[in-house]
Amino acid sequence: MKPAAFDYVVPRTVPEAVAALGDAGRKAQVLAGGQSLILEMHLQRIRPELVVDINRIAGLDRLSVEGDTLRVGALVRHSVFESAQSAPGPLGALFARAVVNIAHPPIRSRGTMVGSFAWAHPASEWCAIGTALDADIEVHGLEGKRVVAARDYFHGPYRTARRPQELITAVRFPLLGDDTGVGFIEHRRTHFCFAQVAVAAALTVRDGVIGEARIGLVNCADRPLRAGAAERALIGVEVGPPVDGHRLPDGHPFAHAGRIAATQDAAPLAEPFADVEYKRHAIAVLVGRTLCQAANDQRSRLAQPKGDHK
Amino acid sequence: MKITLTVNGEAYPLDVEPRRILADVLREDCRLTGTHLGCEHGICGACTVLVDGEAVRSCLMFAVQCDGSSVRTVEGLAGPDGEPHPLQRAFSAEHALQCGFCTPGFLMVAAGALEADPAIGDSPERVDGLVGSNICRCTGYEPIRRAILRAAREQTEGERDGGNR
Ligand SMILES: Cc1cc2nc3c(=O)[nH]c(=O)nc-3n(C[C@H](O)[C@H](O)[C@H](O)COP(=O)(O)OP(=O)(O)OC[C@H]3O[C@@H](n4cnc5c(N)ncnc54)[C@H](O)[C@@H]3O)c2cc1C
Ligand code: FES
Ligand code: FES
Repeated sequence: MKPAAFDYVVPRTVPEAVAALGDAGRKAQVLAGGQSLILEMHLQRIRPELVVDINRIAGLDRLSVEGDTLRVGALVRHSVFESAQSAPGPLGALFARAVVNIAHPPIRSRGTMVGSFAWAHPASEWCAIGTALDADIEVHGLEGKRVVAARDYFHGPYRTARRPQELITAVRFPLLGDDTGVGFIEHRRTHFCFAQVAVAAALTVRDGVIGEARIGLVNCADRPLRAGAAERALIGVEVGPPVDGHRLPDGHPFAHAGRIAATQDAAPLAEPFADVEYKRHAIAVLVGRTLCQAANDQRSRLAQPKGDHK
Repeated sequence: MKITLTVNGEAYPLDVEPRRILADVLREDCRLTGTHLGCEHGICGACTVLVDGEAVRSCLMFAVQCDGSSVRTVEGLAGPDGEPHPLQRAFSAEHALQCGFCTPGFLMVAAGALEADPAIGDSPERVDGLVGSNICRCTGYEPIRRAILRAAREQTEGERDGGNR
């Protein structure tokens, strides 16, 4: 099918875009990278009367460090994060590990991180990372700007706290300190599928003991999740010597955390080729492996001279 | 809506409906049918073209979004004298096409990457990422991977030999 007819506007500023979206007479859609929207329009699952193309709004492509946060503007494309230097320290490393799982280079050159937050697909890598790290979503409406915390933002598949007339201008992430190690592992059927399950982890370790753990679960529920119960089980645990995530003994704290994430935190939905039991198994295994990766990352970060992190 | 596309260096003043995707406008209005449409879902990559130097899926972009942009399609790869592009020679040498349906997309995704980074042949995992971007039902991908590596090698060696390609 081809997209149905629509009116098309190209605002040059955020207030112009918000004014266009506020036009109550017409069903409007923001067009950012278009890598989800145009597909949905082909399928005619979305039939906007007005498309507001934000690609020519100056400044929305800005990626900036402001204090101890990274601010990602609405036109920052996925491909920017392929370099671990796009964001300082472990945050850049986490993004670089995750981004290669998102579609392919020609889709990553158009699709935006903020568009992923707007679209809120349960299998979105960025959305789970944002949830695990307590990202903030900046939305602009006719009444001005408001900030929504990631934990309050996702309401279900493709459902968020954003009102239809609002534009997301940016997502803000807290920077991660150098005592934090990161991991990201994804499991998918083929190169062309979305994640069956993926896990993001950030472990903050001081004197060999885990002080803080953040675990994001991708496609493990109807929305991105933070695995709070598994995280609590890790606090105060000694990281111990490096282990191979593929041969994690059952009694290892990371294996234990994986089982907690799979049984207490996740609420997986059955999909073709992945029923609930299979997904729970995959979650337990992947959480264990990702925690090993994060612990190893933290060790290698300690071993490097400060400020020279890759 | 009135727009101007520059395709392979030539300006095309066009009047297109906003709903029309770039691929259809290239094929039907510009009469450049080298760009193929397989899935129209962003998956197969047959429609890949370069917009302002970057490889994109032309089935997931509206033509009106490219107003003022410069588009390159497979028709723009060969030199003005008809001399094939190094990638085209490499695809031929490595038997990287059979039915040829997917070939324009693979050529363009590779051309964009090679132009952005002539040393891409040194990172096999990035070449794998390019080959994995598109679908080919015939070749089994390996000859395509070899062809891209061959063109990359030729390009860097050509530069070392004094710039003549
Ligand atoms: C073949 C293929 C494979 C893919 N694989 C993956 C994958 O593995 N993982 C993954 O996460 N994604 C995947 N995607 C989706 C891709 O990441 C999209 O880029 C992303 O979901 C949306 O970003 P976009 O900028 O393209 O948004 P668009 O497609 O432009 O918009 C998507 C939706 O969000 C709204 N929107 C966008 N930006 C804003 C804003 N600033 N304010 C308000 N509303 C906004 C739009 O109105 C629309 O409803 C895939 C896409 C394709 C075609
Ligand atoms: S036709 Fe565009 S990706 Fe298949
Ligand atoms: S050569 Fe036939 S699809 Fe690739």
